[in-house]
Amino acid sequence: MSVTAQIGTGIAAQDAAITVENVSHSFVSRDGAIVQTLDNVSLDIRRGELLCLIGPSGCGKSTLLNIIGGLLQAGSGQVKVNGRPITGPSPRELSFVFQDNTLFPWNTILDNVKVALEFQGVPENERQGRAEEALEAVGLTEFRNHYPHQLSGGMKQRASLARALSLKTDIVLMDEPFAALDEQTRIYLGEELSILLAKSNKTIILVTHSLAEAVFLADRIVVMTARPASIKAIIDVKEDHPREPAFMASGRFADYRNELYGFLRAEIEKTVGGFVGSAAARDRTRRGISESAGDAP
Amino acid sequence: MNSMSSGWQARAIQIGFVAALFLLWDFAGERKLINAILLPAPRAVFWKFIALAQTSALYTHLLVTLMELVLGFLIAAAAGLSLGYFIGRSRYGTIVFEPLLAGVFAVPIVIFLPIFLLFFGIGPSSKIAFGATYAFFPIVLNTIGGISQVDDRYVRVARAMGADDVQMFRRVLLPAALPVIVTGLRIGCIIGFLSIIGSEMIAGIDGLGSQIVRLGEAMNTAEMFAYILFVIFFAILLNTGLSHLQARFAIPGDGR
Ligand SMILES: Nc1ncnc2c1ncn2[C@@H]1O[C@H](COP(=O)(O)OP(=O)(O)OP(=O)(O)O)[C@@H](O)[C@H]1O
Ligand SMILES: [Mg+2]
Repeated sequence: MSVTAQIGTGIAAQDAAITVENVSHSFVSRDGAIVQTLDNVSLDIRRGELLCLIGPSGCGKSTLLNIIGGLLQAGSGQVKVNGRPITGPSPRELSFVFQDNTLFPWNTILDNVKVALEFQGVPENERQGRAEEALEAVGLTEFRNHYPHQLSGGMKQRASLARALSLKTDIVLMDEPFAALDEQTRIYLGEELSILLAKSNKTIILVTHSLAEAVFLADRIVVMTARPASIKAIIDVKEDHPREPAFMASGRFADYRNELYGFLRAEIEKTVGGFVGSAAARDRTRRGISESAGDAP
Repeated sequence: MNSMSSGWQARAIQIGFVAALFLLWDFAGERKLINAILLPAPRAVFWKFIALAQTSALYTHLLVTLMELVLGFLIAAAAGLSLGYFIGRSRYGTIVFEPLLAGVFAVPIVIFLPIFLLFFGIGPSSKIAFGATYAFFPIVLNTIGGISQVDDRYVRVARAMGADDVQMFRRVLLPAALPVIVTGLRIGCIIGFLSIIGSEMIAGIDGLGSQIVRLGEAMNTAEMFAYILFVIFFAILLNTGLSHLQARFAIPGDGR
């Protein structure tokens, strides 16, 4: 078990697919109130690694991901992708799997992927083949002429994954892609994802709120503090890909998980404590959290 | 399967209801419960209807009304769709204009009919303008609603994947808003038809509405009812066609 204490690690520039330099960000709500979401975040994401972002709900993970993807403007600081500062969406370099279901309900699964390719600027005669290939990779060939509402939650997430993978970007940003699913399905899809990605050598940032998912999938796990998010710790998970389900039952897995939870606990308490208010309620919540931390992945 | 059979059941009840109405009407006529001048028997109306279908008068009047409807609707659709799109695209535009248009639509615009007659004369032009004005409101309101309420998630994901403005419109805004817009077109068409017939009845020379009033005033009720029947058939035809159109543009899985 090893914790890299330094933040924004000094990797050689050519190794970094993405560099986040001193990024801060605030939302201004309609009534003029300012909500600071990111506080001076610096981070290098190495080429080919799978980096997990984990942190309390509402801390700013999606915001960070959207800034990296060029969908939101940083208040200060900057993000570079492949050495170039990001100023807007960069669909040839990075693709998204969003937190909520974003398949177009008016298109079939196949057309959803083809439309994505059209948006990215892929010539028309290549779209069909590439879309079918991507659906094949996630095991949805049979369902390619179904509409999203005819698929289960897990299938929809796989379709979203296929859509992102069909774009063949070197970088994929995933925002809790399995959050809406039950634990078993999530673990299963995680395994599949691990196998799929081990072959592809893509750079992945994966936001998750599942400790097990983070440890199972990540090369490095970035723990964020409560809002405004800054980087609390970075955990290196030294384990080869693809990872076997047996890894989940190992002592090393439990150690990583406990270490991760140790970092998160104080931050979650800040979030939940502030939300609940009274000391008695906070006590009850604290017990609730430590109970849920005890369950096996 | 279940929804299929319940669909048939609903249709059977609808047909039964209309049939019962006719039977009641026939019964009342047979028993001379109602003066035949006020309410002619259905059989008399039916024969008048057949006779009418063989004269050119019916088609002349139908053609006038139809022409007014088509032109009025086209004007309303062109204005409503384009204005609705531009208002709906802008959040501020929606905040300002949506309540304004909804407010005007709540006014019984028929009070302005004399103005239409003064401007456009007693002929078809005033009917076209009046029908277009009424049909415009549901079309523009639904277009604003459809465009402004497109789920932000779809816009965001399209932008992330590199969609340009044209692709955003064709692949996201239009398909997402289309069901609501088509509903607006349907309501616009039906309201347009209503207001054209209505304005013909109030002040007109040609057209189905004017003809119905004239026959009523001449106490020629059998023929008047034949015309009424004809308008009803036409409305049913219009509504059926529009419902099919609406079903075609529905988003799969919506409302289930
Ligand atoms: N459009 C917005 N306007 C104002 N505030 C916002 C907006 N979007 C998010 N926020 C606020 O910014 C904070 C960070 O949001 P963000 O979505 O990045 O959190 P998150 O870490 O992804 O949370 P979760 O784990 O629940 O997905 C939240 O407190 C949220 O209330
Ligand atoms: Mg989020």
